[in-house]
Amino acid sequence: MSIAIELAYLIASILFVLGMKMMNKTKSARQGNRLSALGMFIAILATMLQIDAISLVEILACIVLGSAIGLYYANKVEMTKMPEMVAIFNGFGGLASFSVALSDYFLRTEVNMQSIELVTVISIIVSVFIGGLTFTGSLIAYLKLNGNISGSPITFKGQHAINLVLFLGFLTAAVFTVVDQTDPMLIIILIVIALILGVLTVIPIGGADMPVVISLLNSYSGMAACATGFILNNNVLIVAGSLVGASGIILTQIMCKAMNRSLINVLLGGFGQTVN
Amino acid sequence: MSSEALIILIYILVLASFLGFELIAKVPPTLHTPLMSGSNAISGITIVGALLACNEMGYTTISKWMGMVALVLATINVVGGYTVTDRMLKMFKKR
Repeated sequence: MSIAIELAYLIASILFVLGMKMMNKTKSARQGNRLSALGMFIAILATMLQIDAISLVEILACIVLGSAIGLYYANKVEMTKMPEMVAIFNGFGGLASFSVALSDYFLRTEVNMQSIELVTVISIIVSVFIGGLTFTGSLIAYLKLNGNISGSPITFKGQHAINLVLFLGFLTAAVFTVVDQTDPMLIIILIVIALILGVLTVIPIGGADMPVVISLLNSYSGMAACATGFILNNNVLIVAGSLVGASGIILTQIMCKAMNRSLINVLLGGFGQTVN
Repeated sequence: MSSEALIILIYILVLASFLGFELIAKVPPTLHTPLMSGSNAISGITIVGALLACNEMGYTTISKWMGMVALVLATINVVGGYTVTDRMLKMFKKR
């Protein structure tokens, strides 16, 4: 990778940090958001130059399509529906990291027929797990806020036990994937469990707590991007991903405090609600 | 990946995480939602990964298609995320 592209990534990272810092104050917040958008633009441009994207028509087509959808909904949505919008965009971000991880997995195992390094396999598994969970979790958060499904907590007996069993199942399949990388059945099991866990962890949480959940899922999508950075050995993904991952956790805590709720209480929604 | 390269990546991860913790310590409640939305747009950085995943000729592999799906989704996240955040913050200024 050329030094110019690495420098562009460095500038992008600096702009993300500055932008985020400026978003702490009402006065400079809008400027901060634009600075961060500029950073994103630089990162995208540098990557497109690196892969010579002009010759790949489908890349431009995907970007045009994504931009059109994003712009349309971002401009159409009413101000009161903002949290829903953030939730669904966040879900797409998680699904994107998930898809990049799988794309890389299939490239290595089916196209190039090569074995994958341990660090890369683990990063792929982490990205699939967090990305998939973020997607379905955000989708449920969106549907709850939008009123498509009941905003009240949906709980059933043995919920936490089922989550635990699924998680252990995921870990087991993950270990087998590390041992035998080429078995697509294992990857499918990982995908399915990650998607189900996203649903199961968000449905027991009440509608009023959704902003906190969205903030937490936002943090997760940062972590998923970070894991993707480890797969692709890409610095800007790791910097931006861990910035969002860490600040998202803190923001979630701050929001919980502002709402007089404890984070644990929100996450174990089933328990918290029955006590009330 | 050599262990030296891995260590550098872990350094980056750890230091950026600490920076993330410090960056938003004193944010006023009115800025919670815009900040969440703004950092959500930043997490769309995975678009860089999506672009790299698309970098493959032909349309015959799952890998290529997953990359293209990722690119559309990540673009929605980035473009939509920044636009929505800007709209929220624009409203702030008028008040």
